[in-house]
Amino acid sequence: MSTFAKSWLRTDRLTDVRTLPLLITLGLFLLMFAYGSVAYRGFFSLQVFFNLFIDNAFLLIVAIGMTFVVISGGIDLSVGGLVAVTTMISATLVQSHHWPIWVVTPLVLAIGAAFGAFQGVLIQYFRLQPFIVTLGGLFLTRGLCFLINIESITISDPAYTAVSEFRLHLPGADLSANVLIATATFVAALWLAHYSEFGRVVYAIGGSERSALLMGLPVARTKVLVYTLSGFCAALGGVTFTFYMLSGYGLHAQGMELDAIAATVIGGTLLTGGVGYVTGTLFGVLILGVIQTLITFDGTLSSWWTRIVIGALLCAFCVMQRLLERHTAARRTAHSNVRKVAAPPTTPVAAEAAIPLQQGSAR
Amino acid sequence: MTDTTLTSWPARIRSLRQTLTRHPLFLPVLTLLVLLLVNRAFNAHFFHVENKDGHLFGSLIDILNRASPLALVALGMTPVIATRGVDVSVGAVVAICAATAAVLIGGNMQIVNGVETYVSNVPLAVAIIAALAVGLLCGLWNGALVSVVGMQPIIATLILMVAGRGIAQLLTSGQIITIYYQPYFFLGAGFLFGLPFALYIVAAVGLLLWFLTKRTALGLFITAIGINPTASHFAGIKARAITLCVYGFSGLMAGAAGLVISANVKSADGNNAGLLMELDAILAVTLGGTSLAGGRFSLVGSLIGALIIQTLTYTTYSIGVPPEANLVVKAIVVFVVCVVQSEPVRRLIIRDPSWQGAMR
Repeated sequence: MSTFAKSWLRTDRLTDVRTLPLLITLGLFLLMFAYGSVAYRGFFSLQVFFNLFIDNAFLLIVAIGMTFVVISGGIDLSVGGLVAVTTMISATLVQSHHWPIWVVTPLVLAIGAAFGAFQGVLIQYFRLQPFIVTLGGLFLTRGLCFLINIESITISDPAYTAVSEFRLHLPGADLSANVLIATATFVAALWLAHYSEFGRVVYAIGGSERSALLMGLPVARTKVLVYTLSGFCAALGGVTFTFYMLSGYGLHAQGMELDAIAATVIGGTLLTGGVGYVTGTLFGVLILGVIQTLITFDGTLSSWWTRIVIGALLCAFCVMQRLLERHTAARRTAHSNVRKVAAPPTTPVAAEAAIPLQQGSAR
Repeated sequence: MTDTTLTSWPARIRSLRQTLTRHPLFLPVLTLLVLLLVNRAFNAHFFHVENKDGHLFGSLIDILNRASPLALVALGMTPVIATRGVDVSVGAVVAICAATAAVLIGGNMQIVNGVETYVSNVPLAVAIIAALAVGLLCGLWNGALVSVVGMQPIIATLILMVAGRGIAQLLTSGQIITIYYQPYFFLGAGFLFGLPFALYIVAAVGLLLWFLTKRTALGLFITAIGINPTASHFAGIKARAITLCVYGFSGLMAGAAGLVISANVKSADGNNAGLLMELDAILAVTLGGTSLAGGRFSLVGSLIGALIIQTLTYTTYSIGVPPEANLVVKAIVVFVVCVVQSEPVRRLIIRDPSWQGAMR
């Protein structure tokens, strides 16, 4: 543990291109929270801080799944729909069929993981673009919600209400069951990303899929697993969302895929893949939460300002990523003494361009 | 096959069939025809077009009319996808432009010569031009992020997709703005020479785009950028300027679609105008045979794709499937089309030796 702490205290790490966005995010969060504390009475309290977690636990869980997908160089647009369909299936089974909570929850988690795996198989083995496949997934899941029921279903099951109303009393503040679930997910994701073989392969694929293949890493299996994990996280997010809202509805979590992507990007994960931290995603979610809290405390601003601010932040962070990328590219070319050429306008997802070359050695 | 006069009829038919099935528009047209025939099977009057007071009415006209906003957006999206990009902000831009037009036109009741009439806040032309300019501006913003800053297209346009609905809400102050100005409705519901006016807009844009891409070198440049941005840059193509224009055009088309939609429903709703439209447009372009990997595009295909989607919607409604199932049907179509178009399946299906020779 001490070596781990030491490696974080090294100063060169602070100026590293890979950790810089994370530090900026952390600084921005502290700045926003400090601003709120000064500007609004009652803002500076442990409960307000904990409320960020209570109100965004589901988003954190979904965004963690998204982080793995983005690090691997892909994207998952189906998560919002998957959250909605999870709340819908849970609510229907509980209210209409009186299934117990310990049967429903594993079932919906399995459904989410299976759906993610299905998308992963399409992406990996049929060589389809993640964007299109998960877009179809979004259509499918949202449509399924409305096929099940077009109305909102309120859950009155005692077990569900008990979980929903559960509060862990800490000195000065309370925590909900959702926060505990999110914390457990976060810890598991930290281990998975930074201390497991799976995580290393995910980073390797994001860095360069071809190199990962040539190194003999299990690329196909890992990519399917990444989407499976994202589907599982979306379903888990759906379960916590059910606890949070105590209802199932097809319009739940509208646009959550965008919030999850925004949180991931603001947290310093590079959309080109290969670089990113689960901790960054946590702060990305906290920033989105703090924006909402600031707007609530202000009281005069309308909620649509949230979307504009999130968009502006997303823009700022993307531009920053590009600048840092160019900076490293320039440094690299300077080192290797290669004549610098004008950067081509854009090369979206370099991995896709390389796909035809990989086909022979894919499996 | 040097001497065609001596070729037997079966052989000729075979070769004709091969040219047909290999035509890029074969699959889209076939899909559309099958859908239309399915509709005909359920509704005997499906192909019936009626002339009422010089206006044509019927299911087919209805589908054409309702597909026109999507067709506009799909036409704008096609060059973007051909340059290996994507524009996911079109739905939000539709909402922004509809909101702009609605706020500018509004409609106040005034008594003119003792008759109650609604007049617009600003002249109609100003409102339309302003809305289109806003659309163009949104598109240029996306284009600048993609070509100047060098972001991935999905991400660059995602920013406006996230913020756009907020901006539309800001313009309308969170309300659904109703438009009361009669002449504006002509854009969405008007008839000219018996056909819906929106169709003429689509036709004009389609022809202009067709002329620009087929009769000038622009089409070649766009395809070249899609195939290899670096190579086209070294070949002297002004890739940045073209990319910027392509996104600007997509924004402009989204603006036009926003005008048609808001004129059709006589209001602007920041939350729901053009909702999920980006997905429909991408689907229309893909169905039309344009490759998402860039470098190949078909304008006619995109128009047919838009028609397929609208017919699909019409079908689900008319055969009594609940409207909610519409999304599921679309999703299944996306999956099937993508899988059929995918490389591994193609290699499995097409065992035509001459085709494989061409691949080599």
